[in-house]
Amino acid sequence: MSAGTFAATFFASVVEAIEMVAIVVGVGVIRGWRSSLVGAAVGFVVLIILGGALGTALTSIPISALRLIIGALLLIFGLQWLRKGIQRVARKGFAGDEEEVDADVDRGTHLGLDWTAFVLSFKGVLLEGLEIAFIVVTFGAASNEIWLGALGGGLAIVLVGAMGFVFRDSLVRIPRSVLILVVGLMLTTFGTFWAAEGVHISWPGGEWALLVLLALYVSVSLAFVALQRRRQLAATPQEAAA
Amino acid sequence: MTYVKRFALFWYDFVVGDDWFIAAGVVVAIAATYGLHKDGLDAWWFLPPAVVVILAIAVARANRRAR
Repeated sequence: MSAGTFAATFFASVVEAIEMVAIVVGVGVIRGWRSSLVGAAVGFVVLIILGGALGTALTSIPISALRLIIGALLLIFGLQWLRKGIQRVARKGFAGDEEEVDADVDRGTHLGLDWTAFVLSFKGVLLEGLEIAFIVVTFGAASNEIWLGALGGGLAIVLVGAMGFVFRDSLVRIPRSVLILVVGLMLTTFGTFWAAEGVHISWPGGEWALLVLLALYVSVSLAFVALQRRRQLAATPQEAAA
Repeated sequence: MTYVKRFALFWYDFVVGDDWFIAAGVVVAIAATYGLHKDGLDAWWFLPPAVVVILAIAVARANRRAR
């Protein structure tokens, strides 16, 4: 059973860890690494304190309430970023518009931290970390091998985190306007998924529904970008004539 | 401006941002999803199109503001 406990917690945790790292890396690339990593670190500290204080009682925390609140907030943030991303990509193309984005990053700075980046990373780590903790406790307690479950969950976070760290330079080279669009898509996708689960909706296909949601939002966003460009092209000759 | 008012404004700006419609639309869409679920419908299909409609209206509102 030992190998089974380890493998089950590891692979189940990898899915959650990918979501966690995707949020932290995406926010770090757009809004700055310092605030994103501080948010992630504080999220881990709260997670460790919660885990240490509550132990197996973690399973009694109403995860649906947490999903509803965090999902709704991610959906609001995601749609705001998505709207900005659509407008910027439509206006400037996929090359980006660094000055406007940099000006935007300054908004919400508090105590030397970009508060938006801090909170997004904090919530991503806390929610996904809690889900990993549930997996560890559930699988580990069921087989009476909680230390093996914790090892599987911990290894998943370390491996996926290392991959995110390795690929961060590639992400930095992507134009920021495109990244705003991409992170907006990601937050909107996760936000939709969690908010619906928070009101007890079951998605067909479980977490595979995330891919379908992402595909839907990518298609819609690209269509909006194309429409915005056509609208701007149509407006330009009229403005010139005026 | 009092500390409490600044604190409230900070959180309003942080959560709601520059377009209240998005936050209000998300709350209404989630509430409607919950309502459909309470009525016994398997309402997973409702939220994604609602999100698309909110986005479309938000983009249109931003275009109007930019004019």
